[in-house]
Amino acid sequence: MTSGWGTPMLAEPPLLSVRGLTRIHGPGCPRCLDSTGDAAGRNDCPHCRSVVAIAGVDFDLWPGEILGIIGESGSGKSTVVRLLHLDDRPTQGSIRLRGGDGGCLELTELDGAARRRLRDTRLGIVYQSPHLGLNFAISAGGNIAERLLTAGERRFAAMRERALALLARTEIPRSRLDHRPAQFSGGMQQRLQIARALAPGPELLLLDEVTTGLDVSVQARILDLIMELQHELGVAMVAVTHDLGVARLLAQRTIVMRCGRIVEHGLTDQILEDPQHPYTQQLVMSAL
Amino acid sequence: MAADDFGFLDAYAVREIRRALLKALAVPGYQVPYASREMPIARGFGTGGLQLSLSVLLPGDRIKVIDQGADDSVNAVNLRRFIVAACPGVQPVTRTAEATVIQTRHRIPERPLMPGQLMIYQVPYPDPLQIVEPREAERRRMHAEGDYARLWVKLYEDVVRFREVALSNRYPARVHGRYIIDPSPIPRWDLPKLHRSAVPHLFGAGREKKIYAVPPHTAVEPLAFADVPFEVERFRDEQGRRRRCARCQADDTYLDQIPLPGGGSRWQCNDQDACDERLGYPDAR
Repeated sequence: MTSGWGTPMLAEPPLLSVRGLTRIHGPGCPRCLDSTGDAAGRNDCPHCRSVVAIAGVDFDLWPGEILGIIGESGSGKSTVVRLLHLDDRPTQGSIRLRGGDGGCLELTELDGAARRRLRDTRLGIVYQSPHLGLNFAISAGGNIAERLLTAGERRFAAMRERALALLARTEIPRSRLDHRPAQFSGGMQQRLQIARALAPGPELLLLDEVTTGLDVSVQARILDLIMELQHELGVAMVAVTHDLGVARLLAQRTIVMRCGRIVEHGLTDQILEDPQHPYTQQLVMSAL
Repeated sequence: MAADDFGFLDAYAVREIRRALLKALAVPGYQVPYASREMPIARGFGTGGLQLSLSVLLPGDRIKVIDQGADDSVNAVNLRRFIVAACPGVQPVTRTAEATVIQTRHRIPERPLMPGQLMIYQVPYPDPLQIVEPREAERRRMHAEGDYARLWVKLYEDVVRFREVALSNRYPARVHGRYIIDPSPIPRWDLPKLHRSAVPHLFGAGREKKIYAVPPHTAVEPLAFADVPFEVERFRDEQGRRRRCARCQADDTYLDQIPLPGGGSRWQCNDQDACDERLGYPDAR
């Protein structure tokens, strides 16, 4: 394939393609999709009482890009992350991940062991609560080593070295390598989560409300770190947040969700400066 | 078959245990569930090993039962008495070389095992993942997916804190490159004897209702980092010399430390029969 002069960036195929992603909790019925969503203003089906967590979610993510997903709680943001991290299976839809060889992998069809292998080597996740992402019973180095061990590393010295490098990169003092996460401050715990997520060199990093609950100066340092890492490593990220400021800072493109559907998507600046959908308008207004 | 009605267990129990054994040998290291029978000893006192012995013994076999290397401890004596009473035609022996079936608690005999012999282990905890995961359903998933990272993390944390893996016995080992087993509470010293051994090693956990096996000539590798090798007990004295057995003078056996009344201690072979044999004593039976 030749990339001639003037070929737009988008000619490159996306790293991740999500099409028609749907997750329904409950039995589901033929009227579920029509009775829920943005227009209906609800995500529980009045006919069968199933909860349509998300429906018909489509988006692409290019290598090295940060995509923001914003929306209020219950809008389905976290369901998207859970499905992308293969913690849950969609009711319908496809998630395709492009491999280094150009081939595409359909993630929804993988069996348990393959899902685990993929999660261990090619995905990383940072949760809002460090208690979800870290093992508090083992040392900081152990938390990083766990990811390296699942990815197949068996050399002790190499793991120590990599853990130290990751701590340095995430601005945690080297002397804290063998301390437990419980002895860390909130911001440090969050940076340790990032170090752990990055350990095997993933292609896709999922950020689920990473700065929620931290004080403003700590938030700023975490966001700086994330942007630096994106520049340095070129890792693609999906950043879920309800904070418009975070989306504005991190994401080039943003998706707005409401009641399990995408109601608006586009360049982040465009969405924040000129929101089209009434819900987005309300969201932007209330942030000001 | 007449042999099925031999040795305390009813014919159905014998067949079930033998079937479980065949499966365990066919899938090395996999824990096969089975219906552990009530035995005339309490669960946790070797019922798993006992059921295995009773279901494989035939008239003409010679049984050796050891408990921590000793043929004459209470557990070994009681189990041997019961087996011999329940299996007419089975001879009790203490010489390793003469035994056809060796039931053991926590040791593998020092003398190399020969083809034709069977090793049977009494296992308290069959699952090596038990130290890192309390839920059985989750442990089964971890075994199925080969997800052993948390066991490796335990090793990592030990090396960080103690500069070595802090497991003196029940040291986890990978069988045939796949399943990781708990080799029962044998000391590290005995673990290399499982690797490419000439005989089948059969593990029975009566309370936990599991049977697993290491077939003959099968790779058994202790879990270890590439740059922090697995080591067995060294038995060095203060000057760094290898300690010898106070009785038989052997310097290549697993030793017990026996405290002396006036302070200090004496070291002697843990495998009592091997020690006796070296001293020229006859079979203790």
